[in-house]
Amino acid sequence: MSDLLAALPARGKIALALVVAALVSAPLLVDRYVLSILLLALFGAYLGQAWNILMGFCGLLSLGHALYLGLGAYASAALYVKFGIGPWAGAFAAIALGVAAAAAIGWLGFRFRIEGVYFSLLTIAFAEFARIGFDNLPWLGGAAGFFLPVRAEEAGHWHNLRGGPIFFYYLALAMAAGALVLSTTLRASKLGHAFLAIREDAQAARALGVNVTRVRFVALFISAAMTALGGVFIAFWTNNLFPAQIFDMSRSIDIILAPIIGGVGTLFGPIVGAFLLVPLGEALTEALREFGLNAPGAKALVYGFLLMGIITATPSGLWPWLARKLGLMEKQP
Amino acid sequence: MSFSLYVEVLIQGVLTGLVYGLMALGLSVIFGVVRVVNFAHGEFAVLAMYAAFILFGLFHLDPIVASLPIAAAFFVVGYMLQRTVVQPFVTRPQHEQFILLVGLSIVIVNALLLTFGPESKHTDLSYSFDSYSLGAVLVDKARVYGAAAALVVTTALFAFFRYTLTGAAIRAAADNLTGAAVVGLDVKRLYAISFGVGLACVGAAGSIMMALTDMTPMLGPSLTLLAFTIVIVGGLGSMAGALFGGMLIGVAEALASVIASPSIKSMVSFSLLVLVLALRPQGLFGKAEA
Amino acid sequence: MSGPDNEPLLAVIGVVKRFRGLTAVDEVSLGVRTGEIYAVIGPNGAGKTTLFNLIAGAVAPDEGEIRFAGARIDGQAPEQICAAGIARTFQIVKPFPDLSVIDNVAIGAMLRARDMQTARAQAGDILRKLDLFDKRGQKAGGLTLPDRKKLEVARALATRPKLILLDEVMAGLRPTETDRMVAMLRDINRTDNLTIVMIEHVMRAVMALATRVHVLHHGASIAEGAPAEVTRDPRVVESYLGMKAAH
Repeated sequence: MSDLLAALPARGKIALALVVAALVSAPLLVDRYVLSILLLALFGAYLGQAWNILMGFCGLLSLGHALYLGLGAYASAALYVKFGIGPWAGAFAAIALGVAAAAAIGWLGFRFRIEGVYFSLLTIAFAEFARIGFDNLPWLGGAAGFFLPVRAEEAGHWHNLRGGPIFFYYLALAMAAGALVLSTTLRASKLGHAFLAIREDAQAARALGVNVTRVRFVALFISAAMTALGGVFIAFWTNNLFPAQIFDMSRSIDIILAPIIGGVGTLFGPIVGAFLLVPLGEALTEALREFGLNAPGAKALVYGFLLMGIITATPSGLWPWLARKLGLMEKQP
Repeated sequence: MSFSLYVEVLIQGVLTGLVYGLMALGLSVIFGVVRVVNFAHGEFAVLAMYAAFILFGLFHLDPIVASLPIAAAFFVVGYMLQRTVVQPFVTRPQHEQFILLVGLSIVIVNALLLTFGPESKHTDLSYSFDSYSLGAVLVDKARVYGAAAALVVTTALFAFFRYTLTGAAIRAAADNLTGAAVVGLDVKRLYAISFGVGLACVGAAGSIMMALTDMTPMLGPSLTLLAFTIVIVGGLGSMAGALFGGMLIGVAEALASVIASPSIKSMVSFSLLVLVLALRPQGLFGKAEA
Repeated sequence: MSGPDNEPLLAVIGVVKRFRGLTAVDEVSLGVRTGEIYAVIGPNGAGKTTLFNLIAGAVAPDEGEIRFAGARIDGQAPEQICAAGIARTFQIVKPFPDLSVIDNVAIGAMLRARDMQTARAQAGDILRKLDLFDKRGQKAGGLTLPDRKKLEVARALATRPKLILLDEVMAGLRPTETDRMVAMLRDINRTDNLTIVMIEHVMRAVMALATRVHVLHHGASIAEGAPAEVTRDPRVVESYLGMKAAH
């Protein structure tokens, strides 16, 4: 927490306080629809920060983060439905499974020279094959989906993550805020500096005594664990899981888009990116409906062109530019 | 199961694998020279399949024959694409290249979906159900023709890199970019040609595949994944590795669909991928680290 | 076997390294005693940087043995060798371009510092010695080449080594800067008893600093001794200094 405040100039502290106050009081101020959009943005900010620790800090490009999300979701949901084990205990299993998958990818990916591309392709391959695997796993519903029962008598059982929209909104807010504090603390720490050194030049980092392989594993584990925890959230929030959705490439793209648009490697970039992209997506859906463009593929077609346009136009992300304009620049510690 | 059936599956696997290999070769050429991973590779294969389907519908042109004009057209598309859209991204970080090409893949899939609908398409060729028999072993004619066409295109490609000045220049640029620029090679043009050659490979392969399988717009991602798997198994940037990896994956998948079930065949290529990376991280034909 | 008392701090014994049939380092042996300033010289392509890479663990030798402070280190990873007390600079400088100058050095200091605050304080002290303190907030990617050379040295020193491998740190420095660097290195050598092994083309620095000089040619040792002695050796003059002397 102190690291977070130390990283901001006075104006930034005030701005952060205002944003936090607005988000905390949002359930009183806005309707359900707007709240659901805010929830999506917060959750996107959380996942984006998890990915940003790996890519933005440590320079490892994962293009298959849906893997950890899906594994976390299925692990906690399976324990709950099949064995009656609640999500808090389930979260440990989710994290363990996510970290185990990360360990396998890391072991295969970190040993070779052109590790950059190899690692990225491996992450895609693992996510895709997990999708196919879960499609063919009848025990957990296969391609037809896996569902968490929603029972009236469990309403308000918050200890089992059985709450309403406002409950999940605050949960997402807490997770996004927690991720911000963790990212800031990490970045100011010795471990965080080892991440940065590896991102900048792995060979030089090694010569200065940084155990590059071990530190890369740590970054991957932190990121995978956070993302798997996000999977627990998504399982108990949506109550249904489909391999074709949760493990899909488009899910991985959604996760990494917010930090890329917001600014890779910055603390606030993933958050700014999520709060820009989620409403933009909603607006796009609305606008296409207005124009009567409901044909399957129309929205995705526009989305594809938007992706190409945005990435061509914003090389280093919006946040560094925005922060300079508003005088909210993160101080380089 | 009889011995002859195994031989049959093995041959079918090798023949299909040659077509896969040609597709993966395109990915390998683009990465090897431009250092950009074409994340829209499978979608380009599907685009080629539609092109072959249309040519078949209009002129009754055999998809295997159509692979040549389609490869030529895809060369032009690739050349232009590199010049206009991709070139600015050559020096940008990999994750930005990824978003660009994924955006492109989304555009291709959904443009096809809007134009042709989600139904699966196939071509009825006179020889679709014919086969050659070697004793008890039966081999589909379509696969034989397809593999032959793939071999022709691949041989032409090897000859291009081996015997033409432009091919030699591209190899030089792939080896040592600064050196190539210093001796006055127009690197941007070489990049555009390489991207064109890469798309010509995938164009030819996609067209040939139209003679072998049914096709839907949604086939793209699985073909992209297939190409990734092949190049990682074969060794990124190695042309021979792409071909051999294609045949290996072709055989493995063919065997898996006979022994187990067709739905499990991707899992088999995945296991193969993990196995190769565990035992020989640089891929079967990849260069060991210097 | 010599006992630990008379064994040199760094011992390279019959080391061979081949790259695809080319022998880059051919049965080189040398010993550096604690507190020495030891120069490795030779024409381009003589295998000097490969020798450094072997000592620093960037590549493993095909034959021979490397010992440091009584323990065998050949085949160990660079980070282990750095932790054991050997720091190195890179001939082609490798700053962390997007990080500030002080963070670059603090990452070196991190190895033995308890926390970042301590590491940054130590980094500040080193930057003062090297006249880089005023630039501590700048991004390292924006420094001039002489400053990047100094940063390379600062970062290596920050790991608090017993022995430092300096790979052409004087190249590209102006004569006054060379003199400052020489004075600084001699000072650290005397006050901290830091052992220095340097590859250097700038003979003015070699003559001013080195207690002993080792000459490599085509990967093999051709002479070793005090600077004045070695520079008179006809084989050395022929292979290397001959062309320099013409300048």
